[in-house]
Amino acid sequence: MNFLLKKMKKIEPLFEKGGRFEKLHSVYDGFATFLFVSDKVTTKGSHIRDYMDMKRTMTVVLIALMPALLFGCYNIGLQHTRAFGINDWTLLQMFWFGFLKLLPMIIVSYLTGLGIEFIAAQIRGHEINEGYLVTGMLIPLIMPIDVPLWMVAISVAFAVILGKEVFGGTGMNILNPALTARAFLFFSYPGWMTGDKVWIEGLAKNGALDGFSGATPLALAKLDGFAQMPSPMDMFIGTIPGSVGETSTVAILIGAFILLVTGVGSWRIMLSMTLGALGLGLLLNATGGNEYTQIPAYYHLIMGGFAFGTVFMATDPVTAAQTNTGKFIYGALTGIMVVVIRVFNPAYPEGTMLAILLMNVMAPLIDHYVVNANIRRRLKRVRTA
Amino acid sequence: MSTLIRLRKGLNIKLAGKAEKILLPEVAVTRYGVRFADFPGLVARLEVQEGDRVMAGSVLFHDKAFPEIKFVSPVSGVVKEIIRGEKRALIEVVIEQQGNERIDFGPADPLGITREQVTEKLLKSGLWPVLRQRPYHIVARPGTVPRDIFISAFDTAPLAPDLDFAMANVHGGHLQAGINALTRLTDGKIHISQDAEGSRVAELKNLKNVEFHRFSGPHPAGNVGVQIHHIAPVSKGEVVWTLDLQDVVAIGKLFGTGFHDREKVIALAGPGAQHRKYHRIRPGASVSGVLKGNLGEGNLRIISGNVLTGKKISPDGSFGFYDNMVTVIPEGDYHEFFGWAAPGLKKFSYWRTFLSKLVPGREYELDTNLHGGHRAFVVTGHYENVLPMDIYPVHLLKAIMAGDIELMENLGIYEVAEEDFALCEYIDPSKTEIQELIRSGINMMIKEMN
Repeated sequence: MNFLLKKMKKIEPLFEKGGRFEKLHSVYDGFATFLFVSDKVTTKGSHIRDYMDMKRTMTVVLIALMPALLFGCYNIGLQHTRAFGINDWTLLQMFWFGFLKLLPMIIVSYLTGLGIEFIAAQIRGHEINEGYLVTGMLIPLIMPIDVPLWMVAISVAFAVILGKEVFGGTGMNILNPALTARAFLFFSYPGWMTGDKVWIEGLAKNGALDGFSGATPLALAKLDGFAQMPSPMDMFIGTIPGSVGETSTVAILIGAFILLVTGVGSWRIMLSMTLGALGLGLLLNATGGNEYTQIPAYYHLIMGGFAFGTVFMATDPVTAAQTNTGKFIYGALTGIMVVVIRVFNPAYPEGTMLAILLMNVMAPLIDHYVVNANIRRRLKRVRTA
Repeated sequence: MSTLIRLRKGLNIKLAGKAEKILLPEVAVTRYGVRFADFPGLVARLEVQEGDRVMAGSVLFHDKAFPEIKFVSPVSGVVKEIIRGEKRALIEVVIEQQGNERIDFGPADPLGITREQVTEKLLKSGLWPVLRQRPYHIVARPGTVPRDIFISAFDTAPLAPDLDFAMANVHGGHLQAGINALTRLTDGKIHISQDAEGSRVAELKNLKNVEFHRFSGPHPAGNVGVQIHHIAPVSKGEVVWTLDLQDVVAIGKLFGTGFHDREKVIALAGPGAQHRKYHRIRPGASVSGVLKGNLGEGNLRIISGNVLTGKKISPDGSFGFYDNMVTVIPEGDYHEFFGWAAPGLKKFSYWRTFLSKLVPGREYELDTNLHGGHRAFVVTGHYENVLPMDIYPVHLLKAIMAGDIELMENLGIYEVAEEDFALCEYIDPSKTEIQELIRSGINMMIKEMN
């Protein structure tokens, strides 16, 4: 690799201050540090530093997303065959079909988002933040497969600029950028984000076989009661219509395992959010109210975006509560809010996205009270002493 | 037996190169130096010029704010150089050792004289700066009476010397006198914290007029700040003092013999050093004596102190005022191809994203590479895991960044020193200079309170 390193060092002066490509310095730096860890040594404070850096942190999340991504590709193909009565596709064909449909979305998401990140880094004189590597993968996974690419592009631009960069970039944002992108489309182009046409490739354009409904389980539950819903096993495995990466609870659980083993994802949030949703679900089973309250509580965990949101969205360390106690409260309230929106809101069948965004806003408040408790403990000491 | 305080939070960094418990005699060196950076926040006024003759115990400079705090020469000789940096800032006073003249401050029985007399003797002899105070972790201010005095009798930092071994080898007979002198300075207690096994050194075990505590757990359990937090925390308006165990001996020696003599037993450690053993040295002495014939191959960094909090010095630089070890590690000025993505079987880490977590017990040669670029704080919930105090580290750091004095005060700035946050800095994937940040927060507090 010495050859590559030498080449890199040779062109480095071009990107330094006063060099010909000065304006591309952050781009050069981004690629150079991607290939080779910098030779910078410690100058202040601790002389040794952990090998962990932001690139590795984000890579772990990307790896954890892979099972959901791969299953998503397969499911795109599977749903397509069901909708159009295709019987002779192999598993690999379905996967390849889905992959080819998803790939443009991923590319558009990364090109738009990273382009903005590079510009922002250059303006600020910072190094490029790796945060978008994860966001850019999350966005295609929480979109319906039939959403037009230009919509993906503008939602990404909206999320990255107004959701993140105006606050100061990665680490400073209040709302989860990926969910901001989805919410933007949800409210701007509801016809492309809801209903029973958009979840299956080609359905919106071509129409399906007679009698076929492409609605998600949540929408079915809302419209027709839960008798119409797919079996819990189908929902757990994920062979149902839905956003690309969210359908398979199994694949998401594999991702959760990776995040928990490495300690990158917060078990406190995942656990409390699950318990919050399950707890309210059980309570509603007992009290009744409308038809929706009779859905078995555990359905809430395997339907819609709950699993994906719990594992990959609510746990975003920047927008979640930051104190350990706060994480329990934040998670539980998010879980409860998901079920509240699903069951009691007549307009939206799904509540995960809105619940997490709402709690993102509340997270600093939760932390405020947790930190204040710490302050009070310290002040109490003075009085008793 | 004293009760055991169990700490769970923290991290033992498995750095290779521990010192063997063999004590070597002092190697004579002629270059001595007193570095101003060893005393954070100090504004010094020189009392000597280049070419002046000094004795062991002669004043070199004093504190501008508290002129009674004197800093003295550890040896007799000639002031060879006064090193200054940018804007003529003082860096170091260098003394070329000649002869063995020393000032006799006169022996005294600390229990037979008043608090004022003990204070005066410590100030005059230049031993006073061994006393440091919390809040702020700076040289203690004369005129205040500390609530208590705390001494840590064990060090948990990476490769830290076994202080029990050091105590077994210091010149005996002075420890109790040192403690007696300290009891004159406070109306409270003298707290000594030991590790779970306690001490095997009779002189230490049989000390009177002290209260013993025992701590178990990973680093930073040996940090005096952490110990204070668990024994009797410092609240707003309170002041406690801390000092190193070997300096208690130095104080005892001053009262027993009348001389300023801070000879210490220290360790030479680290993967970059060979023949790692214990040495006798006086603070200020050039480390060239300790390093002679003991440096490994390659580009090395020499640190006075431990790898987390020590200072980078040159191969003939001065041994720091408060340090108890010299560490040598390889410099990390190399590029690593896709280093951030490697499985990391040979990379020690706090994080469970490295395969090295699967092989317990191994020791690692760590270098000075930063292993990443600077970012904003992103990850949460991990800094707390290496700080065994009821303090929210990131919230305190952000309060410092925002310059919010009241919030810093409320979040516990009075209890902390940069050394307590060294592990937060070590594990930080965002590569923030956390220790420097803590010191800047402390400086803000000092300015605000005066």
